[in-house]
Amino acid sequence: MAMLEVKNLRKCFGDLEVLKDISFNVEKGEVVAIIGPSGSGKSTLLRCINQLEKASDGKISVCGMDMLEDNPKGSGVVYADARLLRDIRLKIGLVFQNFNLFPHFSVLRNITEAPMIVLKKSKEEAEKTAIELLKKMGLEAKADSYPCELSGGQQQRVSIARALALSPEILFFDEPTSALDPELTGEILKVIRKLADDGMTMVIVTHEMAFARDVADKVIFMENGVIVEEGAPEQLFGNDATERTKQFLQRFSQG
Amino acid sequence: MTSQEILNVVKLLLEYLVPTLKVFGFTLLFSVPLGMVVALLKMCKFKPISYLTNIYILIMRGTPLMLQVIVAFYAVPMLKNGEGTPQFIVNLLNNIDIKDENYMFNAVLVAFVLNYAAYFAEIFRGGIESIPKGQYEAAAALSMTRTQTFFKIILPQVVKRVVPASANEVITLVKDTSLANVVAYAEITLKAKQQMQLYSSLVPLFIAGAFYFVLATVLTIVFSYVEKKLDYYK
Ligand SMILES: Nc1ncnc2c1ncn2[C@@H]1O[C@H](COP(=O)(O)OP(=O)(O)O)[C@@H](O)[C@H]1O
Ligand SMILES: [Mg+2]
Repeated sequence: MAMLEVKNLRKCFGDLEVLKDISFNVEKGEVVAIIGPSGSGKSTLLRCINQLEKASDGKISVCGMDMLEDNPKGSGVVYADARLLRDIRLKIGLVFQNFNLFPHFSVLRNITEAPMIVLKKSKEEAEKTAIELLKKMGLEAKADSYPCELSGGQQQRVSIARALALSPEILFFDEPTSALDPELTGEILKVIRKLADDGMTMVIVTHEMAFARDVADKVIFMENGVIVEEGAPEQLFGNDATERTKQFLQRFSQG
Repeated sequence: MTSQEILNVVKLLLEYLVPTLKVFGFTLLFSVPLGMVVALLKMCKFKPISYLTNIYILIMRGTPLMLQVIVAFYAVPMLKNGEGTPQFIVNLLNNIDIKDENYMFNAVLVAFVLNYAAYFAEIFRGGIESIPKGQYEAAAALSMTRTQTFFKIILPQVVKRVVPASANEVITLVKDTSLANVVAYAEITLKAKQQMQLYSSLVPLFIAGAFYFVLATVLTIVFSYVEKKLDYYK
């Protein structure tokens, strides 16, 4: 069973069609990298899946639960009821480009808050999980610090721990290293690589081509709201890629 | 004035500090939560509510508080006896006894609360709108409900951002309580004026001034302490 199924997804902002007929699947344990020029709709795609934007057309299901379907009676889509949408949302986590940590909470509380108020976990239990996650991120010494006292790379690791604290089935990353100084991207990529080794299902929007090639099981190249090419990294980064993909990668490696 | 007379005036004004503080305290108690409600109403996506709220805010901020106090005080008796007043309003107003000993205080309080709620609302709205969208999205991505997001994530950050501007309002409010003397509400300023006439001396007015000064200064100190307390994060 696919963990994520996106079928003929369309998203318009007014007259602007940002996603045109997007379809792809993510299997359990799979790491999918989404690449493509900026403005191609990568963030919008992630935001539709994470219920931060409303889709205009199409179908999305997560872990076999239908989140939205084409309206059988006409145009547009119908979303699942609020309860199911909540269950679906709990299955997925999202890591933002700008971390979006809660500045008024300590590092520890950033991670424990959602498990406590959403999953109704006890404080002890939530803190135990949080400390374990912080250890995994190499940040156990920072539990009592505030986000403003951390470097960008540390903040991003906290935000990954925060997403993991709800034990999602799929983790989405929207350019997790784009807001970081180049010397700090390595520590985030290392963390994501470790998650991949642990079998975490992930969808990563990234401009780190070497990383995508290395870690991803599948690469999706998007442009102008459509998937231009989709396949194994060897295919997209190899000689058999479509002309369009080659052009993009070439322009990209030239900087 | 002899020092005994001065001491008597101080004692008298100290007594009337109570009604002054009563207006101050109750105004704060009601206008802060009401201000939050008004701020949320103004941000309401349903436009008619937002427009109406805005008209209320514009009137409250665009006309003198002193005038509002006078209106609040005379509205009930005037409307009761007014020619064109609809009967149901008269019936409603008949429930209000203007001879009641609390009537004056209540009228003053209504004007103060409505006025200050408008000012607080604008401060709170600015604070709420200054919170980045990413905070809402992060909370949503973590499956927090809208209520949880507002109370756990947004409001605490808003509080920190609105404390400096709110402090200014609170300090202004201490001094604004003197406006209640316009409807002969017996508070410090009214009494000081009477004592000035009694003794033909400016000293009672200076004593009243000293009272306000001390109150404002204490509030300034309290608020700078609060601001420091909230400074544990950026
Ligand atoms: N809220 C919005 N309203 C209108 N247009 C938007 C909105 N969000 C994104 N867009 C537009 O959608 C297009 C795709 O944006 P985005 O998904 O952010 O691309 P990417 O993440 O690939 O850079 C862009 O042209 C952008 O201007
Ligand atoms: Mg983007």
